[in-house]
Order: sequence, then structure tokens, then C-alpha cells
Amino acid sequence: MGAARRSPQDLIETALGGNRRALAQLISLIETDPSAAAVCVSRLHPRTGRAAIIGVTGSPGTGKSTLVNELAKAFRRRSQTVGIVAVDPSSPFTGGALLGDRIRMRDLAGDDGVFIRSMATRGSLGGLARSTADVVRALDAVGYAAILIETVGAGQSEVEIARTADTVLVVEAPGLGDEVQAIKAGILEIADVLVVNKADRDGADNTLRALQTMLDLGSAPRVVPHHGQIMEVSALASNVAAKGWRPPIVKTIAPEGKGVDELVDAIDRHRAHLEASGEGRSRRRVRAAAELEAILRETLLDRLMQQIGRVGLDGVVDRIVAREIDPYTAARALTGE
Amino acid sequence: MDRKIRVLIAKPGLDGHDRGAKVVARALRDAGMEVIYTGLRQTPEMIAEAALQEDVDAVGLSILSGAHMTLVPRVIDLLKQKGLDDVLVFVGGIVPDEDVEPLKAAGVRRVFGPGANTQDIARFINEQVEQTRSG
Repeated sequence: MGAARRSPQDLIETALGGNRRALAQLISLIETDPSAAAVCVSRLHPRTGRAAIIGVTGSPGTGKSTLVNELAKAFRRRSQTVGIVAVDPSSPFTGGALLGDRIRMRDLAGDDGVFIRSMATRGSLGGLARSTADVVRALDAVGYAAILIETVGAGQSEVEIARTADTVLVVEAPGLGDEVQAIKAGILEIADVLVVNKADRDGADNTLRALQTMLDLGSAPRVVPHHGQIMEVSALASNVAAKGWRPPIVKTIAPEGKGVDELVDAIDRHRAHLEASGEGRSRRRVRAAAELEAILRETLLDRLMQQIGRVGLDGVVDRIVAREIDPYTAARALTGE
Repeated sequence: MDRKIRVLIAKPGLDGHDRGAKVVARALRDAGMEVIYTGLRQTPEMIAEAALQEDVDAVGLSILSGAHMTLVPRVIDLLKQKGLDDVLVFVGGIVPDEDVEPLKAAGVRRVFGPGANTQDIARFINEQVEQTRSG
């Protein structure tokens, strides 16, 4: 940032050449300026697709940051470079943010093979910032072999990560009431690997059993009576049946590094499964389609808003409030239908 | 285009008192900034590298140990080596009056002592970063 302001093209080329400062500035540009981000992505996109993108999600206090730190060390032991994107929430009131994930990643300091970037959500929901996917693209394009994305950790609404990462780790820990949380829909369906962290604590086996039970429910179709008829219900059907992959459960004690090598093995097995089964390919298609749709929606909305103009829109809003027109009819009129 | 001010708050050296650093970090967040807090016992190398990766506008160093005359110039040197010349460096903590000028000569923009008003700190950063950006 600051005085040495460079053009997006210049930043991209310097970053692709391995300059870390240029990479950091490029990420800032992607975060702040959507039109510059579009220019960047057009150059970066063809160079992406080589990194293993791993999402780490789970409730606050389950030890995600410490686990990311240990995972990064494990990848480094295998001589793979590591990019880390750690997302924390922005305050909805002030727009400020306190980004504290680096506190648990101090072991990684001094290693040129690791690049850590903290991101604030800047108003977006779903556990990631709006530009997280593009920041991951930048890290992928400059050549980081493994990219770890740590989500906000708000709990059950973190499905965005499934659209960004190849392999999603859902981290649970004993004693956080997660036996019940695990049953709630959403977070378990996106898990490719389940982690019971803090496995030395009381209740770890209960957490493990609860997760196993949930997976069992997902793997076998349940036969239930429904209005006097026998019906087959595939609970959590998206999980095992469709994917041909049962999420393994790995126990870890992150501060001691215990279970981390097993976790890396599980990630490797999942990656191999993605390629062998064709699941990886279909996921990439779904992801690309969703991304394109989101961009189209935004572009069309922007264009439409420009056509209508602030004043025009206010006029229509007044008429809706005055009950002269209903919002659906108004929208149809504005879109020229 | 909303260009957020990003600030790194770091505690170099060995003293374990981070209350002040946390209070300032919170106050800057409440002033709408994105604050990266790195925790205790950071080496100057760790701080400079974090400032680079996070592309911050400002670095706040909190020191209560008395080691500011060694640690602070070292951080500033490393920042310059990494090309981060325009990053605003400010210091908070217990700094004797006679050390303030030498620190400023080394590149510290301002020293905030005990009892400094957190809103003043936020206003100071806002003004300085605005100047750097427009300059």
C-alpha cells in the first residue's frame, strides 16, 4: 500500500515472479477493488488448479488456528509450500475487525515457504469474505502447493467453504455441546474429513461416537412408517451414498501435534478419491457454475441499478409504501417484462 | 472503493503484559480499522514479516520492558529492508522522556505513554495514513 502504488499488471507480474511484498499488495487490491480484482483474475485464473485447497471450519474454540499451524508444519516437513488465509469477522457496526489467528501460528514465522494472510469478512456471511476465493486464486497462481483456509467459525452456516476448498475439514472438540450441534444440518454434510480435536479431554469419545452415529445415519437408508406406508428415507443422503466417500474421523491433540500426520494422510486419501471417482471434476464444475452465476447476478444488478437510477428507484419504493403498486409488479415493470 | 486501514499491533520482546496492546487493538477495531494482533513475545523479524504479508498501513509496537531502544530501531530497519518504508510506526508503553526524540529520529512517528487516549491514537493513525495515501 501507500506511495509505491503500482498498476495491477505490474503487481501481478512481480508477484508471479515470487515477490512476497507484491503478492501482499495484490491481495489488498483484490480485497478492496472489485474491478481491479476482475483484471487480476483474468491473468491468474489460467495459472491456478495446482494447489491442494483445504478448508478448516468448526465452532469457535475447537482449535482451528492451532490445527492449521500444525497442518502447515506437517506440509512443510514434506517440503510443500503453504499459503494460509485466516478469516475473522468484521464488526457489522464499525466495519473494523480484530484478526487474531496469527497468535496461534507463530511457529511458522521465519519460514519463506509459508505465507499467512488474515482477512476480515467485510460484511459477507457464510464464513468467508467475498474475495476469499480470489485471494486463494492468487496464492495458487504464485505456486503455493497447499492452501489452508480457516473460516470464521460461526458454527452451522459455513457452507461457503465447501464451494471454495477441495477438501473440507470440520473440527469438533469435546465439551462444547457439539454432540447436539453435530445433529444440526449443514456443517456435517460439507465435511470430507472430521476432526475431533482436543482428544485428550474428557468426553472426546462421546464426541467421536456422536459423529460416528451421524455418519451411520447418513450411510444407510432408513425405513420409516409414514402415513401408514413404508417409506425409505436417505438421511444426509448427500454424504456417503452420493460421494462414495465416508468422511474419516481423526483424533488430534493439536498443540502436541498428535494425530496431525494421520490427518494429512486422510486429506491425501480424500484428494486421491476426488480424482479417482470423478467427484473432483464434478465439484469443480459446480463451483465454476455457482461462481459464474453469482458474478452474473451482480453484474446484471449493477447494470439495472444504473439504468433505473437512485431517484427512479426511490419513486417506485414510495409507490410500494403508499400501496399503489406491489413489489413484484414493480420489479417486473423495472426489468422491462 | 473502501480501502480499509490495516494495522499490526505487536509486542516485541519478553515482557508478558499485553493488556495495553489489547486495549489499543480493540479501540482501533472500534474505529473501523482491521487490526492484526500477533500476541506476545514477537521478534523484530516476526513483526516485519507479518507487516509485509498483511500489507498493513501501520505498525504499533507495545513495549513495557525497557528494551525499546534496541527493539524498535531493529523493527524499523527490517521494515525498510523489506521495502516497507512508508509504513507508519508508532510506539506505546513506558518510554522515558529522554528516549522519545531518539526514537523519533529512528523513524517512530509518535510515542504514546500510559494514559494516552485511545481515540487520539485512532485519529492520529487516520490522519497519517490519509496523508501517506494521498501523497
